[in-house]
Amino acid sequence: MSDQDQENQAPDATSAAIDIDREKGNFKYAEDYAYDAGVGLNPGVIDYIAKVKGEDEWVREFRHKALKIFESKPMPTHWATKDLDNIVFDNIRYYLAKGQKPARTWDEVPDDVKATFERLGIPEQERKFLAGVEAQFDSEASYSRMKEDLEKLGVIFVGPTEGLRDHPEIFRKYFGKVIPIGDNKFSALNSAVFSGGSFIYVPKGVKVAAPLQAYFRINAENFGQFERTLIIADEGAEVTYMEGCTAPKFETATLHSAVVELVALKGAKIQYITVQNWSNNVFNLVTKRGMAEEGAEVRWIDCNIGSRLTMKYPGVVLKGEKARGEVISIALASHGQHQDTGAKMIHAASDTTSNIISKSISVLDGRSTYRGQVVMPKSLSGCKNNTECDALLINTNSRTDTYPAITVRGTQNSVQHEASVSKVSADQIFYMMQRGLSEGEAMSLAVNGFVNDLVKEFPMEYSVELKRLIELEMEGSVG
Amino acid sequence: MSQALEITNLNVSIGERQILKNFTLSVPKGEVHAIMGPNGTGKSTLAKALAGHEDYAITSGSALLDGQEIIGQEPDAIARAGLFMAFQYPSEIPGVTIANFIRAALAARQPKGAPFDAKAYYAELYAKMDALKMDRKFTARSVNEGFSGGEKKRCEILQMMMLKPSYAVLDETDSGLDIDALRIVADGVNKMRGPDVGILVITHYQRLLDYIVPDKVHIMYDGRIVHSGDKTLALEMEKKGYDWVKEKYGVAGA
Repeated sequence: MSDQDQENQAPDATSAAIDIDREKGNFKYAEDYAYDAGVGLNPGVIDYIAKVKGEDEWVREFRHKALKIFESKPMPTHWATKDLDNIVFDNIRYYLAKGQKPARTWDEVPDDVKATFERLGIPEQERKFLAGVEAQFDSEASYSRMKEDLEKLGVIFVGPTEGLRDHPEIFRKYFGKVIPIGDNKFSALNSAVFSGGSFIYVPKGVKVAAPLQAYFRINAENFGQFERTLIIADEGAEVTYMEGCTAPKFETATLHSAVVELVALKGAKIQYITVQNWSNNVFNLVTKRGMAEEGAEVRWIDCNIGSRLTMKYPGVVLKGEKARGEVISIALASHGQHQDTGAKMIHAASDTTSNIISKSISVLDGRSTYRGQVVMPKSLSGCKNNTECDALLINTNSRTDTYPAITVRGTQNSVQHEASVSKVSADQIFYMMQRGLSEGEAMSLAVNGFVNDLVKEFPMEYSVELKRLIELEMEGSVG
Repeated sequence: MSQALEITNLNVSIGERQILKNFTLSVPKGEVHAIMGPNGTGKSTLAKALAGHEDYAITSGSALLDGQEIIGQEPDAIARAGLFMAFQYPSEIPGVTIANFIRAALAARQPKGAPFDAKAYYAELYAKMDALKMDRKFTARSVNEGFSGGEKKRCEILQMMMLKPSYAVLDETDSGLDIDALRIVADGVNKMRGPDVGILVITHYQRLLDYIVPDKVHIMYDGRIVHSGDKTLALEMEKKGYDWVKEKYGVAGA
């Protein structure tokens, strides 16, 4: 795309709310990276990353150990899609940075990064709204800001490099513990080459009122992004974290493999909200898990749109009595896309409760898969799980599969599971068109109606964006 | 250009079977016409074919809205041109509230990107609901989901009043209604009546016409209008039933 085209796509200055247009994401900037680890994965790359980041020896060893585990683990194609075999690990760049430390003030942010924000239509007033921003441009956080009042509260909000270097007494204890290196092949990969992400600590009893936000995007061909996030809410603390991403479109496949660990100590609450909209060539293979101690609550609110293949099963280990876990997810799989998503609830203490609500939409030849795992051992009592998964099929070649695995032992625990598959009927479309809506508008409205109860769980600006993303996706489903 | 819904020699088939046979009818703007007839004579086919339903093949004929041809157009284009159809069996749209649905329908009539005056919209919506004696909580319910028969029909009338069509076809809107609901629906239609709208009421029974007094009554049989008259014809039909129509015009069965 030429510079001329970019100018033609200047954002509408009058747009008031967050208005991320995927078409506007269809551009990229000249690659001008100060640090580049080259293509392919080997111990030399690990040493390079550790050196560039100035990491402690224990982190470097952690990375090397992870690389060995990654190499020793087979692809999980015995249960997952064979499409994973199309990832060519030798063609991927594992580290790339802008060569600067995370910026603290808006003035320090490079102009081309600011231009990216403009393109995404994130308005000025929205940025002011953010309590703290960790926007990741490629693998290094290029812009981060924390409001003074957050710092006064003792909240730490940094990237993983800073977190492990400056606050090891806080983060080392839990880093790689909720999701061990060898949890799966891609958690091992992330552990070897992680770069960027958010490390957050909320002290005892501190309730962070405004959500912490992160915007990030990929901007280099063949470049994989491996951010690492660890959020610790100390006893009685409360925090909401929001991540959202759009990405430019590329010619060749792009790998994204994040690891997100949440630790909610006694009575703490963590809510983690994701709206993602990857371009159609991205493999998005994410491991997300939270641990909830006694009386604590972990909620994952997750929306997956776009990507070639997403595999993501946010989970909660309910470790303390009366802990609560929840996963609310929306997935939309369109042409050439496979959303393989779900949830895990591991009940490890009595009187714990979990709730899973999953809604998926399959458009054209898109495929959505739900995989659930609920475990309640015999030794526990008073555990409850509710699982609802609903699938909506738009076109006759759309596909959905459901694999709920529920292991409940003992007689004092209870589970409830409901699943449905529905279609938007020709009668519904005719009815709406008779009111003046185009076929595409009618389809969008029906799909937005299907997910409406879950969209309400997202913050206002995300729900607006979400509806718009669904509309954009549905435009291509008719005609 | 005539200010009318002008249907001329309309021939409509479903599959191999011809349902409408040279159907001809004119409903001038400002008038209320009623079509009565026994079951299976093509009354609902007429409504759906006019609205552009893809299952109904229009083999020949014309239908003009104030001189504008609607045959061959997409259902949404026909709707935006000014034709509203009140459905006999309205569809449920889970998760879409009545308020949002009508709003989307109105927005679809605006030029793309034009700002929507939400305040004026809600003021009008509530005024119309008050007129129809509808609880305001109704707007937060999903369109037709779990509605009683009466609620569905009232929802249709509310949409009609909000969308202000130049012509409205009410397809057996009275079916499944108790007398109170029937009155409310009729009341809504009567409020709509005026010089700016032509209304075609399709009904099997005469009782709706006790409340909506038509300017003209047409008897439909075997895919066409066989007899027309003023409002007294409806009363006559109630007394005599449809058997004489079948005897006199029942060429199909002969």
